[in-house]
Amino acid sequence: MSQIDMSAPPMVRFRNVSKAFGDLVVLDDLNLDVQPNEKVAIIGPSGSGKSTLLRVLMTLETIDSGVIEVDGEPLWHMRRGDKLVPASRGHLREMRKKIGMVFQQFNLFPHMTVLRNVTEAPIHVLGLSKEEARARAVELLEMVGLGDKLDSYPANLSGGQQQRVGIARALAMRPKVMLFDEVTSALDPELVGEVLTVMRRLAEEHDLTMLMVTHEMGFAREIADRVCFFDSGRIAEEGPPSVIFSDPKQDRTRAFLSAVLNSQ
Amino acid sequence: MLDVFDLLPLLLTGAVVTVQITVMGGALALVMAFAAGLGRLSRSAPIRWLSTVYVEFFRGTSALIQLFWLFYALPLLGVSLDPMVAAVIGLGLNIGSYGAEVVRGAVLAVPRGQYEAARALGFSRAQMLRRILVPQAIPAMVPPFGNLWIELLKATALVSLITLGDLTFQAQMLRTATLQTPLIFGTVLFIYFALAMVMVFIIRRIERRVGRGLDRGGMRT
Repeated sequence: MSQIDMSAPPMVRFRNVSKAFGDLVVLDDLNLDVQPNEKVAIIGPSGSGKSTLLRVLMTLETIDSGVIEVDGEPLWHMRRGDKLVPASRGHLREMRKKIGMVFQQFNLFPHMTVLRNVTEAPIHVLGLSKEEARARAVELLEMVGLGDKLDSYPANLSGGQQQRVGIARALAMRPKVMLFDEVTSALDPELVGEVLTVMRRLAEEHDLTMLMVTHEMGFAREIADRVCFFDSGRIAEEGPPSVIFSDPKQDRTRAFLSAVLNSQ
Repeated sequence: MLDVFDLLPLLLTGAVVTVQITVMGGALALVMAFAAGLGRLSRSAPIRWLSTVYVEFFRGTSALIQLFWLFYALPLLGVSLDPMVAAVIGLGLNIGSYGAEVVRGAVLAVPRGQYEAARALGFSRAQMLRRILVPQAIPAMVPPFGNLWIELLKATALVSLITLGDLTFQAQMLRTATLQTPLIFGTVLFIYFALAMVMVFIIRRIERRVGRGLDRGGMRT
């Protein structure tokens, strides 16, 4: 596994970030630093704000207050002198290039072949030539084990195959941070393994910062450098997986883990 | 006593005009439907406002009065239009206003995850519409567009009132000359119906074409 430099500036930084939907507070004065290359698993009960954490990073949801920085630059703001002003659309578009996201429901483009799903954004957003984009896509699709499905349509793939295309599609943008939002939750149990295998390889072989919201505790334990237990919009407890899973300090964490592990 | 074959040459001359307006008006309606339908989804308030005014105005007033305006009122303000041009513009704008709502509704019906995936990949709003949302919305537009196109065919009868020699106009002329009213209007009904059936056939083919490769999770037919 690639080494994490704890002294390096964080790749992702949440500073006092809050977010509410009406009366429901989903991010409550959240602080979180993620180092370059670090693999962070985010666990917690549903409705605790885990997915929102990823969605505000991907700019799919706005934040109410606080500052998020990605790769040293504010995400929802721009520096104007020594003040922070709200980000322009152009700034947000630039920042999105640093971040890739894989969705629970895959969200592949159903009207495009597998190959076009992976080349469309590199061509039209990054400005790659068709040949470059194709070469990059073929390499990634081979890495996820779908080198023979280039011309298939998503509807003709299994859920596990679709999700692997989803991973390749996000990676084709060469993001620095990858977000995985419960990427195996919509899969039949027998298809979960093939997606986790791809993610494991990704974690081991690539210099990527990964944030994973997951219910796969075994998987989190195996590949995460750090596990954050999320509850009521806050990180209630965090630490290396060996500690969180074997010797959690908080009652809430213990209750959650025993509920989840007993059901699995 | 005249039989139907004596009537047909004149009626078919009229039918040609009817078909011309149906095709050209349909083309204009399609352009307007996309312009105003996407306009109503624009981030720019003036474009949204302009599109909404267009849709509500042309949907909310009589097509016949719109034609009368173009043909009888505009010349008094110094703009004279050929009756054919007035017919195509009037009916095209009228049907296009309904089509705009079809476009808007179909784009909004694309699952939200598609919008989110496109955004996560960094597409601009225009790219997102053009490459991701609109292509997926088109299959849902075809059946209601087909409806509107057939509506347009039937609405072309109105152009007989702005001096155009369409099918209905020729029928009226023949009726005055021959008094064979049941035969004439029976034949005219049949010709409209036959034209509509040809259009239904074309719409079906388009439907089959655009549906290919898309699994929308609906009923298989």
